[in-house]
Amino acid sequence: MTGTAGRTRNGRALALRDVPWLPPAAFREWIVRGVCDGGRRVAAYFGATREAAGDEAVEGVPLYAVLADDTNGRLFVARSTSDGATFESVVPEVAQAHLFEREIAEQYGIRFEGHPWLKPVRFHRSYRPGHDAWGRSWDAAIPPGVVDFFRVEGDEVHEVAVGPVHAGVIEPGHFRFQCHGEHVFHLEIALGYQHRGVERALMGGPTKRTMPYMETVAGDTTIGHALAYGHAVEALAGAPVSARAHAIRGIALELERLANHVGDLGALAGDVAYLPTASFCGRLRGDFLNMTAELCGSRFGRGLVRPGGVGFDLEPAHVERLESRLAVARTEVTEAVELLWDTPSVRERFERTGTISPDDAAAIGLVGPAARACGIPRDVRHDFPAGIYRFVHVPVMTAHAGDVNSRAYVRWLEIQQSIQFILKQLGGLPTKGRDATVGAMKPDALVVSLTEGWRGEICHVAMTDAAGRFSRYKITDPSFHNWLGLALALRSGQISDFPLCNKSFNLSYCGHDL
Amino acid sequence: MVTSVVNLVVVLAFAPFLLGVINKTKAFVAGRNGPPILQGYYDLGKLLRKGFVVSRTTTWVFLAGPVLSVVAPVVAMLMLPLGGRPALLSFTGDMILFVYVFALARFFVATAAMDTGSAFEGMGAAREVTFSALAEPALLFGLLALTRLSGSLSLTRMLDLRAAGGWQKASASIVLILASWFIVLLAENARVPFDDPNTHLELTMIHEVMVLDHAGPAFGFILYGAALKLTVFSTLLVTLLIPVRSGIDALDLAIFVGGLLGVGVVVGLVESSMARLRLVRVPQLLVTATLLAGFAVVLLVR
Repeated sequence: MTGTAGRTRNGRALALRDVPWLPPAAFREWIVRGVCDGGRRVAAYFGATREAAGDEAVEGVPLYAVLADDTNGRLFVARSTSDGATFESVVPEVAQAHLFEREIAEQYGIRFEGHPWLKPVRFHRSYRPGHDAWGRSWDAAIPPGVVDFFRVEGDEVHEVAVGPVHAGVIEPGHFRFQCHGEHVFHLEIALGYQHRGVERALMGGPTKRTMPYMETVAGDTTIGHALAYGHAVEALAGAPVSARAHAIRGIALELERLANHVGDLGALAGDVAYLPTASFCGRLRGDFLNMTAELCGSRFGRGLVRPGGVGFDLEPAHVERLESRLAVARTEVTEAVELLWDTPSVRERFERTGTISPDDAAAIGLVGPAARACGIPRDVRHDFPAGIYRFVHVPVMTAHAGDVNSRAYVRWLEIQQSIQFILKQLGGLPTKGRDATVGAMKPDALVVSLTEGWRGEICHVAMTDAAGRFSRYKITDPSFHNWLGLALALRSGQISDFPLCNKSFNLSYCGHDL
Repeated sequence: MVTSVVNLVVVLAFAPFLLGVINKTKAFVAGRNGPPILQGYYDLGKLLRKGFVVSRTTTWVFLAGPVLSVVAPVVAMLMLPLGGRPALLSFTGDMILFVYVFALARFFVATAAMDTGSAFEGMGAAREVTFSALAEPALLFGLLALTRLSGSLSLTRMLDLRAAGGWQKASASIVLILASWFIVLLAENARVPFDDPNTHLELTMIHEVMVLDHAGPAFGFILYGAALKLTVFSTLLVTLLIPVRSGIDALDLAIFVGGLLGVGVVVGLVESSMARLRLVRVPQLLVTATLLAGFAVVLLVR
């Protein structure tokens, strides 16, 4: 079951015919054995239309799963078909697949037998008219957030519902707490209010709109998603990217990480009402965004990454300016952030708040700083290097406690590594090479493209039809893996600690809702 | 008498300024410009001109909360010697009324919060009454110590440390009382480290979450009441700490107001230099305040 069929690497195109078809029982066994015994994890699990399978003879709805083996840097792809109505769930054994199965159920109207909590994810109609996993009629309205929630019954147990409209200017999400006084028994999170239909809009592409879609899958992860898309297209079209473009992309990705990590540390300080770091980091985040603007004119990096290269080159004058600004920012960030670790009242709030055990983190498949804060050395830049990271090694930063303090501290360690990385790149930019021309994409192919965005692993899976157009484009934002982590972090915690825990994950709503 | 009335009017008008001083101090430490120092007045002006919506589920209690939250500190102020002049309302045992007039206001604010039926406001009310029940003994122990020192049960004489020779006779007790009451001031007025006046996060707030459903003039009353309450507690500290009487009305008032500004700056500095306490740790700090005041009593009765 763990043979070499369907084995691939990050950003390497695979002919669709090399993706093995497994019978449903074997497919399920392949996922369960791969995760439970093979040390793999579910990077993506999705359905596709029959046309996308490149094989008209297929009956029902094809299902694709991508398993990642972090230790060996290998990706495994396999597929199976459901009869179009039901499929056996892997969730009882593989908890991390729970949201993927709910997503497939919603998109393709397949009921997963044995799934403990099969609910809609984004509250849209099924992609297959007439097929609905919950038997809703085709023209019935689907109001978002109107579903069953887990309830705790008992004297003095009460329920607190927060959102989707919040007191601050943040994205909409609904949080249901089962509490006993200040003590939280359970938190359930309902999202989907931001659903825009990105994946459907991408089918048949690429078109002129594809890149803007990618850059706004999650607005704060513009470079991350654009880069994952860029690698996918370059793999399918066989376009080699110049070393200089790789370096500039790496600089942009790390600047994005810096801006967000610094902003997060400031926001964490703000949530515990520790003003000095909150104020300084708020400004410093702006400085890092402005450095991205120095690269491409947009503070969020819009327009920088283009399939085949980058939209903007770095002039020597820019390089010098970036270097000096980065050196100043490094000193200031260090001063602002070290205040956090030196202030006992802040440490008291951060430590032992929102703890996730390493076992839970592994079971639910956490990614990014949230996983590394639990001592799991999981980093796409290290495990599945692509682009510049094939040549420059960025150490994986971990902490062990799995609490808010660890998540904050991992961010601080990564800030230092990213600054060092950028300075090194700026100091030795390769000479300008020829921009690759991106030709037609291979027909009937599949590529898995992973990028370590600042929140964690961004997984794009692109499949092409016989004409070389996208027949399915699956996006998995790190938030998709990590929202359950936030819910678990609150278990047996204090309800008043929720905003702090939430900020320590800082997950994307629109990246999840697509 | 006339001076006492003038002083009262000045202090009533000054209260929102104190919030401005705290915010300016915080902004200065953070290297920001911060909101204008008169922002408190602008906010009140804005809120009083607004209309407001009252939920159908609420009753008259909902509006009693804001009214009582202004009335209570005004009544308390009548009993305090402002700027070294005797209080307008003074009788034996007024210190008890002083403490419990705030409890009355709290009862109505908490009831008004629960009147809305909102889960947040119920949570806030529970937190507020829990913590104020723990802050009350600290305040009372401090008053007890002063009663022992001055031999009086009326605030005007109790707080006048010159008559009793307080600082000469019992400086240790007075320092303990000041420390204890400063903690009470922070707790009762929803300041860091007990509460975060800047947060918009409904799940962590204590005081603010109780008044989420109040808007317009009702919320203006609550804001003004909060400013007055802060001024009342600052008055306690300043009167104890600066027992100087020059005999010139204007100068005494200036010293007094200067003292209030000083309290504002100190509160701002505290908020700039530490994080909020975890909610479960709040009782520990309040018990500490009670112990400090308790030791003040012990030192005086030995």
